[in-house]
Amino acid sequence: MESIALLFAASLNAGTVLAIASLGLLINEKAGIVNLGAEGMMLCAALAGFATVVHTGSTALGFVAGMGAGALLAAIFGGLVIWLNTNQYATGLALSLFGAGFSAFAGSRYVQEKLPEQSQYAIPFLSDIPLLGSALFRHHPMVYACVALVFGLIWFLYRTRAGLVLRSVGESPESAHALGYPVRRIRLMAVMAGGALCGLAGAYVSTVYTPLWVEGMIAGKGWIALALTTFATWRPARVLLGAYLFGGVTMLQFHLQGIGVNVPSQFLTMMPYLATIVVLVLISRNPTWIRINMPTSIGKPFYPGA
Amino acid sequence: MLRLEVRPQPSKGWGYASPLLALAITVVIGVILFAVLGKDPVRGLQVFFWEPIKSTYALSELMVKATPLLIIALGLAVCFRSNVWNIGAEGQYILGAIFAAGVALTADKTTGPWIVPAVLAAGVIGGMLWAGLVALLRDRFNANEILVSLMLVYVAIQVLNFLVYGPWKDPLGYNFPQTKTFESVTQIPKLIQGSRVNIGLLLALAGVAAVWVFLFRTYAGYAQLVGGLAPAAARYAGFSSRKALWTALLVSGGTAGLAGALEVAGPIGQLTPYVPAGYGFAAIIVAFVGRLHPVGIVFSAILMSMFYIGGELAQSRLGLPKSITGVFQGLLLFALLACDTLIAYRLVWKK
Repeated sequence: MESIALLFAASLNAGTVLAIASLGLLINEKAGIVNLGAEGMMLCAALAGFATVVHTGSTALGFVAGMGAGALLAAIFGGLVIWLNTNQYATGLALSLFGAGFSAFAGSRYVQEKLPEQSQYAIPFLSDIPLLGSALFRHHPMVYACVALVFGLIWFLYRTRAGLVLRSVGESPESAHALGYPVRRIRLMAVMAGGALCGLAGAYVSTVYTPLWVEGMIAGKGWIALALTTFATWRPARVLLGAYLFGGVTMLQFHLQGIGVNVPSQFLTMMPYLATIVVLVLISRNPTWIRINMPTSIGKPFYPGA
Repeated sequence: MLRLEVRPQPSKGWGYASPLLALAITVVIGVILFAVLGKDPVRGLQVFFWEPIKSTYALSELMVKATPLLIIALGLAVCFRSNVWNIGAEGQYILGAIFAAGVALTADKTTGPWIVPAVLAAGVIGGMLWAGLVALLRDRFNANEILVSLMLVYVAIQVLNFLVYGPWKDPLGYNFPQTKTFESVTQIPKLIQGSRVNIGLLLALAGVAAVWVFLFRTYAGYAQLVGGLAPAAARYAGFSSRKALWTALLVSGGTAGLAGALEVAGPIGQLTPYVPAGYGFAAIIVAFVGRLHPVGIVFSAILMSMFYIGGELAQSRLGLPKSITGVFQGLLLFALLACDTLIAYRLVWKK
């Protein structure tokens, strides 16, 4: 039983990384922009976060550095896509390729370094409940912050005027422009916010989740986060659910190995990627599910006065 | 303030000038990067742009690296022109290598030279299979081809690892995760003795001609472009966009697989975990920088191959990490996308 509680706890932890990045991408996409650069932003942010913690010893500063790196790269992407009207897919791809190369290049001197394991924050009293306590209430604060982020985002998107404006920019940039909203500036802000969240997720990976730096350590989490926004049909609460589900699949591989399931480890490592494909197929099978919720102008450039 | 103004029609001149301007921008950023790192920028430029072409041996190595890039990028050009976003050429390349190795490993002392075409065909089939999976899921279930093809890269890497750590591991290989070295009869024939250039280069050049004819001189190629770019118009004209999707993915998967086969049965000579060298991803940049045009791709493949060799030299000569290649590749694509804006827009000064 205790091991199931631990599997559950590990799934929440792994899911948190995916959820934070995916929520960031959701903000992007609600504003009508798809950023395929998530993987690259997360890699650079993971490095920025790791290096900051190595030099300052402060995890909080590491998170800030990660967010800054993510937002900066997102700003470059946003500038190209929003002001120069470059193809969103190609530009995002360029960002991912650049991020992978740049982080490997700049990070080569950190490969040998290690950070101390982070102690978990146990919520008083609640964490003492048997099983449930170790499953739910002994985590890094970021795990709880992520849940709060979901509620905050739901409130922002569906209960505030700014959220409405953001969504209208994604649904119909022409009307938002006609109403006098600065469509391009709003889109850039959304893209940068998304980049900051991807950056936060990346920094969490390299400083808390696996406190070390290895080339390519994000290992497709950025792409899985992108798939999660589709899986969740652009709804924040479902992003969280999907992320925990994927966290579970990721963690199951270690668990199965632990209890001695006789499957070559490579097949277990494949599972999150195969699961992503299966989930994409299941959700995309019904085009109306996708079409009802997908921001209408997603992927399309907007050029005022053209 | 500087503003962009839509041109009445796309500028032809900028279509050619934009890749050159992008290269210039990348070089300038490279020079700054070298200066920041305290390396001599002139030496840096030499390593990237002079050393790879200064001798016949260097040139032959340039061709060895350019061949797989050229072959994969040709397939990707057909794909991207049809608006099918196959990002997983790396996975299709790995599967091609695996299938080719499977055939090559069956060879023994008595095997005839027919094995070489069999190895290459197996590579093509492997790549097509992996890309066909993407086409199937997109066609039947509308699953996003970008994400599916990418996820399959990670799956392909694990399949490769499973084979070289497991059933295909060379029992006499001192426990290294690799297959035994293939029999010499499976070796792709060399073009020039004493260099590593093989007939893959000829296949690549034949591919350039074939893709050019297909895209610009055949009815099927025209239907392909329309089917991808404007599905509604294609339907009206009686072209099938489903067929365009399958053709695009099978062609690009097949070429990636062929490149994989040429590498394992050529320069590498066995299956190892180091077969994936990022050619599948670099080829995306090659395709774009070459304007998705077969002839343009020849030049951009050579350029990208210089970056690869330059990166290796930068490691040994300048003490820089080899991954500097990836930085320049990414920068080049960024710069190109930005410069391409000038094709459709012109910069004007407006208050």
